[in-house]
Amino acid sequence: MSRIVRTAADLLYPTILIFGLYIIAHGHLTPGGGFQGGAVIATGGALVIVAYSYKEVTGWLTKNVLMGQEVIGLVGFIGVGLLAFAFGQVFFFNYLNASGSLFGIPVPYGINAGELNTGGFVPLMNFAVGIEVWGGLTLVLIYMLSGLEKEVC
Amino acid sequence: MTFADFIVTNAPALLVAIPLFAAFLCPVMGKISSTVRNCWVMGMMLITAAIAFILAYRVFATGPVLYVFGAAAANLAIPLDSGGIPIRIIFTVDAMSAFMEIICAIVGLTVLLYSLSSESRNSSLEGYYTLFFLMITGVLGMVSTGDLFNFFVFLEILSLASAGMIAYRIDGGIAVEAALKYFILSTLGAIFILFAIGIFYGEYNALNIAMIAQRMQYTMLDKIALVLIIAALAMKCGAVPLHFWTPDAYSMAPASVTAFLVVASQASLYGLFRVLFTMYNVTMNCVTVGWIIIILGVLSMVVGVTMAIPQKDIKRLMAYHAVSQTGYMLLGVGVGLAVLGNAALTSAFGSMAMEGGIFHIFNHAMYKGLLFLTAGVIVYRIGTRDLNKMGGLGHTMKYTMIFFIIGALAIAGIPPLNGFASKQMIYESVYLFNPLLAIIAMVVSILTLASFVKVFHSVFMGPQLPEYAGVKEAPLPMLIGMGILAAICILFGLFPQPVVDMLVAPAVHALADQSGYIASVLGGA
Amino acid sequence: MLWNLPLITVVVLTLIGLVTVLLKKNIIKILLGINILESAVNLFLVSLGYREGGVAPIFTLAPSELMVLPTPQALVLTSIVIGVATSALVLSFAMVLKKKYGTVDINEIRRLHG
Repeated sequence: MSRIVRTAADLLYPTILIFGLYIIAHGHLTPGGGFQGGAVIATGGALVIVAYSYKEVTGWLTKNVLMGQEVIGLVGFIGVGLLAFAFGQVFFFNYLNASGSLFGIPVPYGINAGELNTGGFVPLMNFAVGIEVWGGLTLVLIYMLSGLEKEVC
Repeated sequence: MTFADFIVTNAPALLVAIPLFAAFLCPVMGKISSTVRNCWVMGMMLITAAIAFILAYRVFATGPVLYVFGAAAANLAIPLDSGGIPIRIIFTVDAMSAFMEIICAIVGLTVLLYSLSSESRNSSLEGYYTLFFLMITGVLGMVSTGDLFNFFVFLEILSLASAGMIAYRIDGGIAVEAALKYFILSTLGAIFILFAIGIFYGEYNALNIAMIAQRMQYTMLDKIALVLIIAALAMKCGAVPLHFWTPDAYSMAPASVTAFLVVASQASLYGLFRVLFTMYNVTMNCVTVGWIIIILGVLSMVVGVTMAIPQKDIKRLMAYHAVSQTGYMLLGVGVGLAVLGNAALTSAFGSMAMEGGIFHIFNHAMYKGLLFLTAGVIVYRIGTRDLNKMGGLGHTMKYTMIFFIIGALAIAGIPPLNGFASKQMIYESVYLFNPLLAIIAMVVSILTLASFVKVFHSVFMGPQLPEYAGVKEAPLPMLIGMGILAAICILFGLFPQPVVDMLVAPAVHALADQSGYIASVLGGA
Repeated sequence: MLWNLPLITVVVLTLIGLVTVLLKKNIIKILLGINILESAVNLFLVSLGYREGGVAPIFTLAPSELMVLPTPQALVLTSIVIGVATSALVLSFAMVLKKKYGTVDINEIRRLHG
């Protein structure tokens, strides 16, 4: 692609990344969460693949890296749930809720301005799902592109 | 608490969490080496089967087990400040769920043992085992859950993983065509189920099965939802008139996967029975709906066996027989449903009909799995599925021939194998209901025997063909897997009465007893 | 009459989706019909939660305390994710079929019959 498109993709991709991570991180306060944020970041990945040619992008972003990212996200999700067994509770019990540690402030009821440090392990699960969806959707994109004879350019 | 207490209390959650964990880590294990992956896969499946058996033992001994995800204690279904409404996802494992879990554990373990050697020639096996564990998660979740939307989510997990596995060996495109047909029909069915769930939520403001059962009044909207759910779940289990994905999907999938697809179809059958018996029960017009299920069953039996006779592909023939045997289950349980409102007739022959139908689910998973695994051995050694090209294999493949004979006699209902026990119960009780249906069932059984005699003759009998002179017996893991299923076939055929008393009768009683189910979830209120 | 508009839209979308799935010959068009059906079901589920005069069920800087029900929104989110996975799988099948058979017309993809 021409220089203008590549420069625009360079400038836009960090913005899209930050926006997607914002959606993931504030999933327990505003609409959004894991899947939505991950899908936004994967769309940014599609922008980079269109701007630079497919061969260049797969030169430095291999399928193994994305598969590893997917596995980390999935294992993180199930690990957070299984960690509840270590505290003697049932599966998926919210052991961080109102506990004073990470994300541990009790949720203020009623209309408020939104406190980020609340929610228990829900933000952790949002991050796990966001990383997994980012890796998974980008992997689907790359596999589909590698199945064609010609490349997307 | 001790480790044993921990396992016993948390068993319903572990039943879903451990296969998921195993599925997520399979790609990593595959990248390390193939021996590590085989050990990981076998170990995780053994742990899952052990937990399923422990949970089933506990349920049959002490009654339904509740598991509430994310609550303060495992059986706290109604939170103290919610005003009597269960607000979390609840796994309600009663005797019928435990029955289906035992089937899934036995068949899953056997299929895994079989596929360790049947897939060893192929590459890229990480995806195969990942999808296999996702299928196991789907089936175990579907039969354990007490929440309608959770049932839909596990149903979709199961159908996505099954579609991936059917298309696994691309086979020049034919397997992908079969998977496409299966998947589009499956997605349409799932959309209809979601419509019905929306109707239930809009009417009763509840998604928990016990809650909807308590609040059920049979309005016009409930009739629409019932029709949608019967149509979608009958399509998923391969009943006529929506059975035409069954021969394509069962014949194109790898043989081990086909044996597990049978269990997947029966999990959808479980879903149908759960909705009919536990959610609706006597509030609906039992006679009409029972007759609809009976007619679906009779059509499946007759169409399945008549389409099976002229087939030339061995797995396609067995797939049509699977459709036919599903008809037996629908017939038995349909008769039980039709007399559900009438206590005298239920104790006379209704509960025996339901016991026959549900016992047939177990027997069918066993002998149909055995038959598909023997067909897989034949294809593995020879490389073709066409009956016209086979012949004289009985000279070299003796164990496979014995297992095939056991499976064929079981499916035809010959004593002393397990098919006879369940079919006898169905014949006796259906004859008291309506003699014509029992006669149709017996004729279908005779045609099944005729079809399998044809297959046996053309595959195993006859002089040894020169191109198959070097064919050896099946590898040892495959023989062990088939041996487990064959042993259960013979055992359940010789001693059916203890099995019916200990396993089937509690399952039928738990299925038909709506107030007991509601009381166990909502606490007797 | 105006309050029934979401439900009327659900019926119209369902009919369009069913007609597309049953009558079209191209796999991609059948997939789009399935997507239209999914959208119809999602709209049906979300419109069940409406309470008159309610705002979005988020406590952060909310205008009032009267809110629509949040449960159907969670159900619809799950359903959308399932729809994405379905579309990805059917598109992969279409790609493999185009390579092996040379066409995506379902009348031509018929080697299994009988």
